[in-house]
Amino acid sequence: MSALLEIDKLSLEFRTRSGIVRALENVSLQLPEGGSLGLVGESGSGKSVLSFAVLGIQDAAATITGGTIRFAGTDLLADGGSAMKTMRGRELAMIFQNPRVALNPIRQVGRQIEDVLLRHTALRGAAARARAIECLADVRIPDPERRYSAYPFELSGGMCQRVMIAIALACKPRLLIADEPTTGLDVTTQAAIMRLIRDLGREKGMATLLITHDLGLARDFCDKLAVMHAGHIVEVGPTETLFRTPAHPYTAQLVRATPVGQERLENLASIPGNLPDLRRGDLPPCRFSERCELRSPACATPLPNLVVSPGHLVGCHHPQARSSP
Amino acid sequence: MLTTILKRLLGAIPNLIGVVVVTFLLTRALPGDPAAFFAGGAGTAEAVEEIRKKLGLDKSLPEQFIVYVRDLARGDWGMSHATGQPVLTELTTRLPASLELTLAALLLAVIIAIPLGILAATRPGSWVDHLCRGIATAGVSLPTFFTGLLLAYIFYFLLGWAPAPLGRLDPYLSAPPLVTGFYLIDSLIARDFPVFVGALKQLILPTITLALFVLAPLARMTRASMLGVLSADFIRTARASGLAPRTVLFSYAFRNALLPVMTTLGMVFSFLLGSNVLVEKVFAWPGIGSFAIEALVASDYAPVQGFVLSMALLYVLLNLSIDIAYGFVDPRMKIEN
Repeated sequence: MSALLEIDKLSLEFRTRSGIVRALENVSLQLPEGGSLGLVGESGSGKSVLSFAVLGIQDAAATITGGTIRFAGTDLLADGGSAMKTMRGRELAMIFQNPRVALNPIRQVGRQIEDVLLRHTALRGAAARARAIECLADVRIPDPERRYSAYPFELSGGMCQRVMIAIALACKPRLLIADEPTTGLDVTTQAAIMRLIRDLGREKGMATLLITHDLGLARDFCDKLAVMHAGHIVEVGPTETLFRTPAHPYTAQLVRATPVGQERLENLASIPGNLPDLRRGDLPPCRFSERCELRSPACATPLPNLVVSPGHLVGCHHPQARSSP
Repeated sequence: MLTTILKRLLGAIPNLIGVVVVTFLLTRALPGDPAAFFAGGAGTAEAVEEIRKKLGLDKSLPEQFIVYVRDLARGDWGMSHATGQPVLTELTTRLPASLELTLAALLLAVIIAIPLGILAATRPGSWVDHLCRGIATAGVSLPTFFTGLLLAYIFYFLLGWAPAPLGRLDPYLSAPPLVTGFYLIDSLIARDFPVFVGALKQLILPTITLALFVLAPLARMTRASMLGVLSADFIRTARASGLAPRTVLFSYAFRNALLPVMTTLGMVFSFLLGSNVLVEKVFAWPGIGSFAIEALVASDYAPVQGFVLSMALLYVLLNLSIDIAYGFVDPRMKIEN
């Protein structure tokens, strides 16, 4: 079965005044129809850049220098992204962090949903309005008719995120990219929002790409994980496999830094070092090697792409075999 | 809505009282003795004294103030001693001339500055952006009286394209019947097209002069505000939802960028009322600015007080209408009121 979203060896650079930032290098990912993939990694590892590139909303300074992005068999990068322009918001949709500022502050939330409907569907006038109210009801917003004419500042953060989900799902997309959807929300709301995304995904058979730095969240939510570090995907595999037997030293350290259950703070390990400066001309093939305990001369040679087990891939010369506790 | 307006109007009363007091004191503090001025160089000491008495200037300051306020309350703004006309009549006949010029300049500036600012913001670093910066720099560094003289020199004296800078209408044409006091509108109402064209020709140079002056802050503010909004999170959401670039630019970005532009608009409007004074002088425009200058030179108290008071009233009305407009653009403003 071919994947719904297939990213193959994607490379992306930012041309800035202080040099070229190699933000993504040879990034490959597959997401099957209806599947859920978690893209994890620390801030600055390129998770959001990757998702923006999928939607074609990357910064003007960004250039895709290689690779392909295919969605349901269509090349999204062909013809300057013309295919993407017709699919964006209809087949692929995205929700963002900090929902209160991610909605137009001076437009009624119902109108914002309607804008998307008017753009992508044949609905007009009262029918569009009725559908917008339905969308609000779909994301379990109480009293949707009244909320239709609310402005974002009149709603709580959780409500705003529901509205954003309603905007994203208005045209029943096949893929939802959720970029840190719970950042900026309080903990109880976070759980409700994640449950909503999961339930709606199941109801509508929609694939989800969850971008997060919260491994615990990704573990609860995703069947598969992809770990990003400094613009590389270092490891991909089924969620539980990655948690039990992480093969890449970076994944292993991330797992050790993630609290599980009653873990005490002193038992959590922080990862030494920082992300390397991606403007450097002498970036090593393995961008983690400078922070790595297992570093060896082999790390200066091109990275392998090892298959640890079916569906579990790692880009490392020293994959770890031991299972973490 | 109506209660908001009423509240704002009530809130303006202290301002107006302040203006009345300050203008009264300032005009009294001006150097020069009006009585001596009107008596003329040949006036004897008794004549000066008599005029002083006639003008009520022999009374103490508090007494003069009470008389002034009492007259104001009755709608009597005093007499202009230079023209012999009541100040209120002078102001109401001259105000439309100033307003027509100011509004025309503002309209021209907005028509040019806002698209320029939007284009510059959407294409940073392009030639439009550089043009925007160039115009902005020129606009702030050229004083209006200089631009006015330069334009009159080039387009009237050298090229002969513009009519003589002598007021609102060619002396051979007669003013249209008074309806609004704006010649452009009144001539259209009267279907008197030669007068419309004549008035328009007279209006062009002073309008450009004033518009150049306010173009700069407007274009720069539009550009800055658009740049800020275009990098906002909700614009990214709109793009990710696949909305048409036009929708993103106008319904989403521009409406949000409008608030600071409106604030600037209010500010430049008051700048314009101020710089009118000089431009009216250069183009012999019979507005309230030139009237005020003449009165000031003649130490004619009543017209100066009347001018400042009417300006203050205009400001109050202007700020009120901008606040009301805010409410239409931004729903958050309505709630706070």
